[in-house]
Amino acid sequence: MGLKQKLHTLKMKYKGTKMAPAFNALHTFLYLPNETTHSGSHVRVADDLKRTMNIVIMALVPCLIFGIFNTGYQHYAAIDEALRAAPLANFFTWDNFIMGCWTVLPLVIVSYGVGLAVEFLFAVIKGHEVEEGYLVTGMLVPLIVPIDIPLWMLAVAVIFGVVIGKEVFGGTGMNILNPALTIRAFLFFAYPTWMSGDKVWVHGAVERQQEIAAGANVDAISGETILGSYAQNSSVVYDYWDMFWGFIPGSVGETSKVLIIIGALFLIFTKIGSWRIIFSTLIGALTMGLIFNGVVDAGWIGESSKFYGLMSVPFWQHLIIGSILFGAVYMATDPVTASQTNKGKWIYGFLIGFISIMIRVFNPAYPEGVFLAILLMNVFAPTIDHYVLQGNIKRRMKRLKVKTA
Amino acid sequence: MGLLSKKDSKLILDPLADDNPITIQVLGICSALAITAQLKPSIVMAVSVIFVLGVGNVVISLMRNIIPSKIRIIVQLIVVATLVIIVDQVLKAFAYELSKELSVFIGLIITNCIIMGRFEAFALGNGPWRSFLDGIGNAAGYGLILIIVGFFRELLGSGTLFGFQVMGDPVEKTGLYAIGYENNGFMVLPPMALIVVGLIIWVQRSRNKELIEEN
Repeated sequence: MGLKQKLHTLKMKYKGTKMAPAFNALHTFLYLPNETTHSGSHVRVADDLKRTMNIVIMALVPCLIFGIFNTGYQHYAAIDEALRAAPLANFFTWDNFIMGCWTVLPLVIVSYGVGLAVEFLFAVIKGHEVEEGYLVTGMLVPLIVPIDIPLWMLAVAVIFGVVIGKEVFGGTGMNILNPALTIRAFLFFAYPTWMSGDKVWVHGAVERQQEIAAGANVDAISGETILGSYAQNSSVVYDYWDMFWGFIPGSVGETSKVLIIIGALFLIFTKIGSWRIIFSTLIGALTMGLIFNGVVDAGWIGESSKFYGLMSVPFWQHLIIGSILFGAVYMATDPVTASQTNKGKWIYGFLIGFISIMIRVFNPAYPEGVFLAILLMNVFAPTIDHYVLQGNIKRRMKRLKVKTA
Repeated sequence: MGLLSKKDSKLILDPLADDNPITIQVLGICSALAITAQLKPSIVMAVSVIFVLGVGNVVISLMRNIIPSKIRIIVQLIVVATLVIIVDQVLKAFAYELSKELSVFIGLIITNCIIMGRFEAFALGNGPWRSFLDGIGNAAGYGLILIIVGFFRELLGSGTLFGFQVMGDPVEKTGLYAIGYENNGFMVLPPMALIVVGLIIWVQRSRNKELIEEN
């Protein structure tokens, strides 16, 4: 008896009982369901939610693998500066990979384990099927947190994000806020010392600092992000190609811009991600960057200002530092929380980019605003849709009146 | 119940649970978000509102037949304002630190929707004794939620209760902090109060299905 058959018998055995959704989910997770829609469906397409989710996960895997290597690389490079001279030669090494696996994989396991446990629990209690929504969220979460975040914090945040961010609204497809970003926002506001600063982005930096505080005679490890350096008006040690390829400290999966662009092309090609949202987000970011550059050029703000560092960053560089690209490609395009109308998508994306850079420059506590901007626009997305629809209705009513008059 | 008839005791007990001003009527949310970061201000706020609403209901109820209905809101405001000023002055005199901590929120009891709501809905149409019970009941229901929210927010947000470190010392790393526990900074922020109130509503409604509205 094959695995499929076994799962099917299990599913049949528990049919109608309380645990049925859990076994159904196991079956549909691995195989196509045996039954199809019987009635009432008007549009039939080949892809289902499971396939949609899988494509996004495929687009994320390169970022995850790069993140694993980068974790190791940043750790060793922080100890031995000489490694930074030739990043390519020292990047794809076994040492980096093992170190990365050792730190990144627990994040992935906790994220999926806790998140899916909550999903199964709700499915069993409420008696609906387990939804696939968490598959992508569970992959996104490890990619958008600092590497050294304690696992129990991640677990608490995942429970909060899935329950408050999604299940209370009725589960996948009903949520107002992007669950992955809800999780990140929770971590950020609950445990700010683990989510920002110059110690959390490189594995081992926090422990090393505690050792030094305890009196050990070792060098401190520091891994300031580029945005952090700019925000403090200090010089940046990485060149643009480092930023583009991703050999920089940052959240696990956000650093490599080239892999994110490949992922974006993949999502656009498979029509899973909306190119309108991605491009309008980038346009919004560039616009805000240009405005800030204009302010600096006009001399309205002096070098002594605390905003000078980030305002004077050439506008195009905003795209390769921080997580604006990752946010635009994988977060803003979430079909549930984004605007649904095409015109609405342009407005929605533009404002995400615009506000991201605004928060990035003006927020003294934390020089990155992408996740806050996306969450904010998530809330406004239905309003944008409403006005786009009303505008359309009004225009057509006018046309109708002209015709009948 | 020797002291209270069944009908009267309902006036006190209903607002504590199935007709709670915060979780069922969804009134008085603003102060529930603002001052519940710690347990002590929550309790002071609860006691203040019990005083203001209990006495205020009696006063309004006594005057209910002589208040011209056109200017009743102004009369109600004057009654609340008088009582709130008394509370404010007493706090300033005997618990100055606390009154600084509560700052404008004692003054803002005037705008607490629960108080005007009970004046309008109950005291204007009922006798002083029943109005008194109703006032005490509603204010206690409000205070109960405040204290529950304050308890969780102080415990999880600051690791303290009434200022005592019940979870160990976060700086010296004793107690729970020794094994890596950390205070949840989000709990101290007002949005979390809203979420805690939401969770209380959730628990309450899942225990008593009759409270769930049709939609």
